Amino acid sequence: MLVFIIRRLMQAVVVMVVMSALVFGGIYLIGNPVAMLISDQASEADRLAVIRDLGLDQPIWQQYLTFVGKALVGDFGKSFRAGEPAMRLIFQHMPATLELAVIAMTIAVLIGVPLGLYAGLRPDSFGARSIMTVSILGFSLPTFWVGLMLIMLFAVALPDWIPGWPRLPSSGRGPTVDVFGLKLSFLTAQGWLHLLLPAMTLALAKGALIIRLTRAATREVLPMDYVKFARAKGLRERRIVGVHVLKNIAIPIATVTGLELGQVIAFAVVTETIFSWPGMGKLLIDSILLLDRPVVVAYLVIIVFFLVLLNLLVDILYSVLDPRVRLDATAR
Amino acid sequence: MIHRKAGAVLAAAVFSVALAAWPAVAQELKIGLSTEPSSLDPQYHNLSPNNQIALNMFEALVAQDPEQNLQPALAVSWKAVNDTTWEFKLREGVKFHDGSPFTAEDVVFTIERAAKVPNAPSPFTQFTKQIVGIDVVDPLTVRLRTAAPAPLLPVDMVAIRILSKKAASGPAPEGKTTEQLNRGEGLVGTGPFKFVEWSRGNQLVVERYDGYWGAKAAWKKVIFRPLTNAATRVAGLLSGDVDFIENPPTVDLPKLATNERVTLARALSNRIIYIHLDQFTEPTSGIPDAGGKNPLKDKRVRQALSLALDRNAIVQRIMEGFAVPAGDLLPYPMFGTRKDTPVEKVDVAQAKKLLAEAGYPNGFSITLGTPNGRYINDAKVAETIAALWTRVGVKTQIEASAPPVFFKNRDEFKYSAYLAGWGASTGEMSDPLRALVATPNPERGMGGTNKGRYSNPAMDAKLVEALRTVDDEKRRTLLQEASKLAMDDHGILPLHFEVSVWAMKKGLTYKGRADQYTLPYMVTPAP
Repeated sequence: MLVFIIRRLMQAVVVMVVMSALVFGGIYLIGNPVAMLISDQASEADRLAVIRDLGLDQPIWQQYLTFVGKALVGDFGKSFRAGEPAMRLIFQHMPATLELAVIAMTIAVLIGVPLGLYAGLRPDSFGARSIMTVSILGFSLPTFWVGLMLIMLFAVALPDWIPGWPRLPSSGRGPTVDVFGLKLSFLTAQGWLHLLLPAMTLALAKGALIIRLTRAATREVLPMDYVKFARAKGLRERRIVGVHVLKNIAIPIATVTGLELGQVIAFAVVTETIFSWPGMGKLLIDSILLLDRPVVVAYLVIIVFFLVLLNLLVDILYSVLDPRVRLDATAR
Repeated sequence: MIHRKAGAVLAAAVFSVALAAWPAVAQELKIGLSTEPSSLDPQYHNLSPNNQIALNMFEALVAQDPEQNLQPALAVSWKAVNDTTWEFKLREGVKFHDGSPFTAEDVVFTIERAAKVPNAPSPFTQFTKQIVGIDVVDPLTVRLRTAAPAPLLPVDMVAIRILSKKAASGPAPEGKTTEQLNRGEGLVGTGPFKFVEWSRGNQLVVERYDGYWGAKAAWKKVIFRPLTNAATRVAGLLSGDVDFIENPPTVDLPKLATNERVTLARALSNRIIYIHLDQFTEPTSGIPDAGGKNPLKDKRVRQALSLALDRNAIVQRIMEGFAVPAGDLLPYPMFGTRKDTPVEKVDVAQAKKLLAEAGYPNGFSITLGTPNGRYINDAKVAETIAALWTRVGVKTQIEASAPPVFFKNRDEFKYSAYLAGWGASTGEMSDPLRALVATPNPERGMGGTNKGRYSNPAMDAKLVEALRTVDDEKRRTLLQEASKLAMDDHGILPLHFEVSVWAMKKGLTYKGRADQYTLPYMVTPAP
C-alpha cells in the first residue's frame, strides 16, 4: 500500500515537471507578457525596466531553471499582473471553487443515483424513458448556454412575469463565513442563493452522466445470480435494491464521481466566467489571457497534484468498496 | 369597518417602513465592471481599470472633466514660472481619510514613490521621469523642475494620485508595498470614498468620506463587482443585481435602448480605431504579388485604400451607430484637433484610378492583421474592410488572432497592414501623434506604436517643437499642423472613434466620459 502511494506521488512529480516545462515553452511561444501588461504610452526605457524586473530578459531555459530552483523551496513566483505570490492568489480563490464543485457534485449524485436506479429497475416505463431523454439534453447542451438560460429564467424572466417569484442572484458569491481560515459561503442563506444557479449548471451535465452510469450498472447487476438468489430467498425488494444492487453499483459510481469532481474543480472555467464566480477557474482564464505565467504554472502544478491525489483516494475507496481489489505496487 | 381600519393601519405601517428603508437602499450603488483592477496601489499598474478605481479613493493635483479638459483638484492653480519650472498652488484645508492634513510633503512623497514601486507592470514613471527636482516653497506651494521644457506636465500630473505620506510610509523603499495597499493598509487618500474591503474576483467596497472637501457623493456605499462576461453584466443589470454597468455589448444596445427600465449614457471616447500600413520594408511580407515592391510606400496606394473604406457603413452596420467616423487621430474639439477635418468619403472609382496610376491596375493581394476581442467588434470591422478593399481590386485576407498573439506579431513587424486602436489618455493631440505617426525613435520616446514605420521628417519637426512649446496657443497650432501633415500623407488610416456606453437602471444619470472611466462619484440618483 505504502509503495503504491509513493509510486503514485513520484509519477505526480514527473508530470508536474513535464507540464511546467510545457507551459513555460507554450507561453513563451504565444507572446510577450509585457506587451499585454504595459501601457502603450510607456517609454522604451520603462519597457526594458519592466522586462528586467520580471526576469524576462534572460533566456527561456534560464528562466525555467530559476523557476524550478525556487519552486523546490515552495516559491512559485509573483503574478506579473497582480504582484502578489501566485500561490497565495490561487489559495484565495480555491475555497470558492471547492465549495461550488462539491455542492454541484452532491446535487448531481443526489439527483443522478435515484433517477438512474429507477431507470435501471423499470427500463421500459414512461418515467425511465423521459429521464433518459432529458439526460441526453443534460450533457449535450453546452454549459455556457445552460448557464445563460438559467440566469435569464431565474434571475430575469420568471420574477418579472410572476409577481412574488423569488429572484435568484445572477452572479457573484454571497457573504462568507470564516471556518478555520477558509472563507465559505454555503453557511449563509444569501450564500446558498448565489450558489444555486452555478451549482445547478454544473450539476446538470454531471447528473446526466451519473444517471446514465447508474442505469447501465443497475441493468448489469440485476440479472446477476446473487440478485436472483436474494429474490428467491424472498427478500423484500427494498433490501435487494438497497443492499445488493446499490452496493455493487457503488464502485463505478464512486470512481466516476471522484474523477468528475476533479474535473469540475480543475476546469469549472466556463461556469465560473458566466456567473462571475470568484474561483480558480476564472483566475486561470484571466491569467492565460494576460500571459501571467507564474499563476498559470502554479495553478497547473496544484491541479496535477490534486488530480493525482484524487485518483489515489478513488483507488483507496475502490479497495474499501470492493475487498477483492488489492492495492499493491504492481497494480495499474 | 374594523378590518378596513386595520388594513389602513397596516398599509401605513408598511408604507412608513418602506419609506424608512428607501434611503438606505437608495444610498447604495452596485456597479458591474468589465475588468477588475489588478491592484489597489495607485502607482502600480497604469491601466484604465486601475486608474478609475484609484479615482474613488485618491485625487491628483489636476483632474479632467468628462471631455478631458483640465480642472483644479488638489491643486487650485498652476503656472509655468519659467520654461522648465511649474508651480502648483495646493488646496487649503483638505484632509486625508485618516484626518491628517494634505500638504506639499504628500506631493513630494507620492512623486518620489512612483519610481520606487518594484515589479510595476506598467510604471507611472512615464509621467514623472522628466521631473528633476521638487521644491517645497511653503506647505501649500510646490515647484516641479524639469530638465527640458515640459508643457504637458500638468496633464501628466492627472495620473499621479496623491497618497498620504503619513499613512503610506513604511520600511520598504516605496513605503507601504503594493501587497499592503491591496489589503487596504495605508490606502489613504483625499478622494470622495474610503476603502472598506476588497476580495479579489468578488467585490470591492468603498464608503462615502464625509470629510471630503468637494460636493458629497450621493452614495453612502459603492460596491464594484467584476462581471467580465458581457452577457452576465447585462443580465445582472436586468435582474437588479447591479445598478450600473460599463461596456454593455454592442449587440444588446438596441434592446437596452428600448427597455423602459434602463437608461444609457454615451460619450465619444478618445480611442481611435485605425489601420496602420507597413511603409518601411520592401518587399513587405503580407503583399506577395507586387513584383518585389511594397505598394504601400506609394502615397497614391494609401489614399486609394482610404477612399475604399466606407466608414459610415462600418459605423452604422457593424458598430450599431456606437462609433463616429474619423478623419483625424483625436475627435474635435480636443486640444490640437482641427475643426474642419474632413472624413474621407468613399469613392470606389477614384480609388481604382489611383491604384492604376500607381501601377497596380489589377490591384494586389494583402493580409490585414487584427486582434480578436481587444477592441469593440475588431475582427468584424476587419472583415468588412477586407470586403471593401477587395471591391477596389485589393484582394484582402484577414488574419485575426487572440490579443497576446496579435501584439507579439505587431511588435515583430509581421503585418503589412493591421487594425488596432489607441486611447489618447492625455486627451490632447501630441499623445497619438507621438505614439502612432512619429518616426520610431525609442530613446526619445517617439513612435512607440508606429509599427507601420511611417516617417515624415516635416511632421516630426513640428511635433518636437510643439512638445517644447509651453504657450498653449502656439502649441495648439503646431499640433494642428503636424496632424494635418500626417493625415494628408495617409501615413495612417483613421477609421472611427469608439463611443463608450454605460447602462444603468432608470432614474440614475451619468455623464459619459471621453476617458471611458466609470466614476460612481459622478453618478446621480433621480432628484
